[in-house]
Amino acid sequence: MEASSFQRLLYLLQQETSSTELRTECAVVLGSLAMGTENNVKSLLDCHIIPALLQGLLSPDLKFIEACLRCLRTIFISPVTPEDLLYTDATVISHLMALLSRSRYTQEYICQIFSHCCKLQHWHSCGFKSLPQPLLCANGPDHQTILFNHGAVQNIAHLLVSTSYKVRMQALKCFSVLAFENPQVSMTLVNGKHKVLVDGELLPQIFVKMLQRDKPVEMQLTSAKCLTSMCRAGAIRTDDSCIVLKTLPCLVRMCSKERLLEERVEGAETLAYLIETDVELQRIASITDHLIVMLADYFKYPSSVSAITDIKRLDHDLKHAHELRQAAFKLYASLGANDEDIRKKIIETENMMDRIVNGLSESSIKVRLAAVRCLHSLSRSVQQLRTSFQDHAVWKPLMKVLQNAPNEILVVASSTLCNLLLEFSPSKEPILESGAIELLCSLTQSENLALRVNGIWALMNVAFQAEQKIKSDILRGLSTEQLFQLLSDSDVNVLMKTLGLLRNLLSTRPHIDHIMSTHGKQIMQAVTLILEGEHNIEVKEQTLCILANIADGTTAKELIMTNDDILQKIKYYMSHSNAKLQLAAMFCISNLVWNEEEGSQERQDKLRDMGIVDILHKLSQSSDPNLCDKAKTALQQYLA
Amino acid sequence: MADAGAGSLHGGDSALSCLPEEQELSQRLRRLYPAVNQEETPLPRSWSPKDKYNYIGLSQGNLRVHYKGHGKNHKDAASVRATHPIPAACGIYYFEVKIVSKGRDGYMGIGLSAQGVNMNRLPGWDKHSYGYHGDDGHSFCSSGTGQPYGPTFTTGDVIGCCVNLINNTCFYTKNGHSLGIAFTDLPLPAMISNQFMELLQEYIQHLFKSNLYPTVGLQTPGEIVDANFGQQPFVFDIEDYMREWRAKIQGTIKRFPIGDRLGEWQAMLQNMVSSYLVHHGYCSTAAAFARITDTTIQEEQTSIKNRQRIQKLVLAGRVGEAIEATQQLYPGLLEHNPNLLFMLKCRQFVEMVNGTDSEVRCFSARSPRSQDSYPGSPNLSPRRGSNNSHVHSTGADSPTCSNGVLSTKIKQSCSKYQALSSSSSSSSSSSPSSVNYSESNSTDSTKSQQHSSTSNQETRHLAFLSFFYLSDSEMEMEAEHYPNGVLENSSTRIMNGTYKHEEILQTDESSMDNCPQRQLCGGNHAATERMIQFGRELQTLSEQLCREYGKNTMHKKMLQDAFSLLAYSDPWNCPVGQQLDPIQREPVCAALNSAILESQNLPKQPPLMLALGQASECLRLMARVGLGSCSFARVDDYLH
Repeated sequence: MEASSFQRLLYLLQQETSSTELRTECAVVLGSLAMGTENNVKSLLDCHIIPALLQGLLSPDLKFIEACLRCLRTIFISPVTPEDLLYTDATVISHLMALLSRSRYTQEYICQIFSHCCKLQHWHSCGFKSLPQPLLCANGPDHQTILFNHGAVQNIAHLLVSTSYKVRMQALKCFSVLAFENPQVSMTLVNGKHKVLVDGELLPQIFVKMLQRDKPVEMQLTSAKCLTSMCRAGAIRTDDSCIVLKTLPCLVRMCSKERLLEERVEGAETLAYLIETDVELQRIASITDHLIVMLADYFKYPSSVSAITDIKRLDHDLKHAHELRQAAFKLYASLGANDEDIRKKIIETENMMDRIVNGLSESSIKVRLAAVRCLHSLSRSVQQLRTSFQDHAVWKPLMKVLQNAPNEILVVASSTLCNLLLEFSPSKEPILESGAIELLCSLTQSENLALRVNGIWALMNVAFQAEQKIKSDILRGLSTEQLFQLLSDSDVNVLMKTLGLLRNLLSTRPHIDHIMSTHGKQIMQAVTLILEGEHNIEVKEQTLCILANIADGTTAKELIMTNDDILQKIKYYMSHSNAKLQLAAMFCISNLVWNEEEGSQERQDKLRDMGIVDILHKLSQSSDPNLCDKAKTALQQYLA
Repeated sequence: MADAGAGSLHGGDSALSCLPEEQELSQRLRRLYPAVNQEETPLPRSWSPKDKYNYIGLSQGNLRVHYKGHGKNHKDAASVRATHPIPAACGIYYFEVKIVSKGRDGYMGIGLSAQGVNMNRLPGWDKHSYGYHGDDGHSFCSSGTGQPYGPTFTTGDVIGCCVNLINNTCFYTKNGHSLGIAFTDLPLPAMISNQFMELLQEYIQHLFKSNLYPTVGLQTPGEIVDANFGQQPFVFDIEDYMREWRAKIQGTIKRFPIGDRLGEWQAMLQNMVSSYLVHHGYCSTAAAFARITDTTIQEEQTSIKNRQRIQKLVLAGRVGEAIEATQQLYPGLLEHNPNLLFMLKCRQFVEMVNGTDSEVRCFSARSPRSQDSYPGSPNLSPRRGSNNSHVHSTGADSPTCSNGVLSTKIKQSCSKYQALSSSSSSSSSSSPSSVNYSESNSTDSTKSQQHSSTSNQETRHLAFLSFFYLSDSEMEMEAEHYPNGVLENSSTRIMNGTYKHEEILQTDESSMDNCPQRQLCGGNHAATERMIQFGRELQTLSEQLCREYGKNTMHKKMLQDAFSLLAYSDPWNCPVGQQLDPIQREPVCAALNSAILESQNLPKQPPLMLALGQASECLRLMARVGLGSCSFARVDDYLH
């Protein structure tokens, strides 16, 4: 079709003088054209069909309105149409809401338009929300909020009990999109200030009815998605029977072999999201209908049979193979997130580790990401780190994934690396040999907060009880500037892990003296800064512990003893209201007055002059047994 | 212990408190397994005190099982079976077991076994035995070695066992969560087979094979479990699972391929509809249907109309006229069918009591209502028991009598109890009241009203009782002694009706309902006498038939039931009062219609009804040979 004929049709459609029959026919023809190729839709969009059709909705003629809506629906469900086109004029949404009462066709089309034009601004391709980085949308409120503010919940709720199946289904889909990761909508669906009742029933009850096993699969699945969103938003408790006994089993059934491949993908992803943060739901899912074994089947596409029997089937299988694999990985990741027994069961599933290893090197980003997530989940198991992770040399593909990966993969992969670098992990050594320190140091410079945390966290793990060479490598790799950059990071997590790293670096006397001889000045500066700054108890405690470590050094001690400012701070924390900080300060003092070491007498005298001994006497009467013990031990050093 | 206390309490007043519980159980079982004929195949309701090993103790109405052996090793295992096997007609069967205490080691098995399987074993270890064990969570499929199946179970858990008799699988549940298929090849008859021989073979095998019983086995001291065969609501939503299978099977039926004989199929369906319409005498509907579908009707229009007229008479309660019309239109028919004639006459007697038969109606009204317009056919359509309400609703606005003066008088007498002197009743019972009958008019009935109102009610009541007992005893004796039947005379007399209307349309039962107190024979004295006279004739006819064809218990029962009506002061509200329900005319009407059709060499049953009967019988056969799908394909589901 020529663009000119499109324009001609649009022209006729817009002529208020032409008969409604003719205008309706035009809308119908345009609707049919929109059902054709994507190029058709593109051409129609270029002709500004959307404003023309929206204008048509103002007509008094219902048949014409329905034809316009049908055409709009077809255009908006096309992937080439930007959703924002619906929101260019503020009056459009309220007019569509008003049209909802006109006929079952307007209801069906409008709901369908809404559910396709309500994309999350901060949509994660993985569908997970665990990453603490909601990207703020620049263009004001998101689609969900706009629709919600126009009363979408109240206007669409009663359509859930429409006599028309199509209307019921589109209304349900609309809610599943509106509620996704949206606490405001989810809360309103459950009760909210203006309780939404349909036929005397609350919406969750209606959703539960739609979960019944004799309902169409599409309806069960969509309804389960609504309830899942409501649960994740905190609107329904995770131990509510409608989640535990209805939604969860329904989603597990959606993963079964009897379902279509698309349904299995959606079912697994939704279930992964539902159980992601609740260990009890993870346990229930893990025993329901042999889910863990059932998921292994997701990796068998395209099957050898389909290749032989018919080419159509092969094509279909191939198209869904990636989606199936990533969905299975995601669900395994959620299942194994917290419970050691479940992790064991997952790893014992046929060829599981091989599948993860293969998944790590797949071309599809989605699959790679999901595989890393799965590996991350399983890496929380001490036993698995020591056994199957080592047997399958998982670290190799993991290190490969970390090279030039997009940030979303890097976040999970580096987090996994953290676990693999724990001191009891046999993979630690080969990982370090393959240049991990350099990589981790570069991560700490990332703009991405999660990457900075993971990088420094991993370095902290590496430094734990490490040999001198590794510690030097870390210090060299990081550079002092970067280290102090991290110590002044606005994120408390980064700060804590950096302090943790310092503490790990400053352990065993020779290491302490060595590091303090090279970086003593800067470290003492940083410590002072932190102790003076506005930080929480944990940060200050960690800092005092670093001081205690420094006080354990032979030459490093002097850096404290010659710094009156620091000594006054230690004295201050000995009388602090928080017992943890008192205890940490006592460790410093204890190390400083230890009398078997050279120069202990001078140090004891100096501290006595500062009034430390008086404080020690007071603390030795403390009701806290730890403080009391520590004070007594320190006082004994003076007696000897 | 609290449980045991409650149990003994129940035992104390079991005669009183047991009933509602039993009722609740029966109700739940009926709702769960509507297709099971519990008289033929009772459902399990408790553990069998006979079918158990002696290490098993039962309590709490044979629902609680405890172990009382030594429990040293597997040789001390002990099982108990339920009282009855699982009937195939359940389709899907389910029971739950609550672990009250896991005892020493928790070696508990829950499952199924056939009769005769060794009870000194846990379920699952032997042939025809299946179990899920709590200590290791393994499933045992007729083998001493288990397969990893599900989680372990222990004190407080509720384990459910579901047998799917449609695909011969079994799955378990734990605390309401499905654990997935455990057994796939239960020894129940195989999947539905189209081949008759295979079906037959299966049936024969089935006869020799024992069914599966719910079974539990225990092995160590202290183990206690409680069964729930439907006494309590189940933890698992079994009804939802059943819904899914009902939908599946109904979907299979809906999608059953007709094949390439589509044209034939349609012709057959049309023929079925057409023959059904013709059979029931929906003359013009049948003609219209034939015209539209371009088919022909076998029977002639006049013949259909004749049958329709006779059927209307019967359904209106004017059996006397129906008999007359039949004899006119189909001479010899009733003479060749003495049983049918007897049935009709019995009904006529009942209608006389009802006050609807023309023989008694003529006393209470100058003439019955008549209309020349064509009757509404819904009035005549065969009805099933449940919806007789619309019988009463039709023509509710038509008054009984056309004569205004008379109707008020009747209304007056309505408020008083109708009475009859004993003398008049005895005289009427000894002499035929043909005079009254032929002279019936309004003055006459007014007289009788006045006359009857003077009598008192006890005497009348006694009179009826004496009539009943007299006739009853006479029936026994006179059958031998009076060879001269009066059948010919009486029947011709009855046929001398005063009215000849082409169409008799409106029945009076509705107006009778409007009147708060319905009266015997319409509350008319002469009519009552006529009725009693008729009763004697009927008695005589019975004796005659008895002589000619031997004793017929059916006849005797019919006669007794009919006469019993007179024994009660209010026949409409007495134990045999349902005879007076207009719905009871339908079997009589159907029998007469079938006989007429048969005499015309037409099928006595419409093919549609034959198909329906065949389907019902097929389902019964499926239940008997153990094809579980029958329970979800009820014929009733398709009749609305």
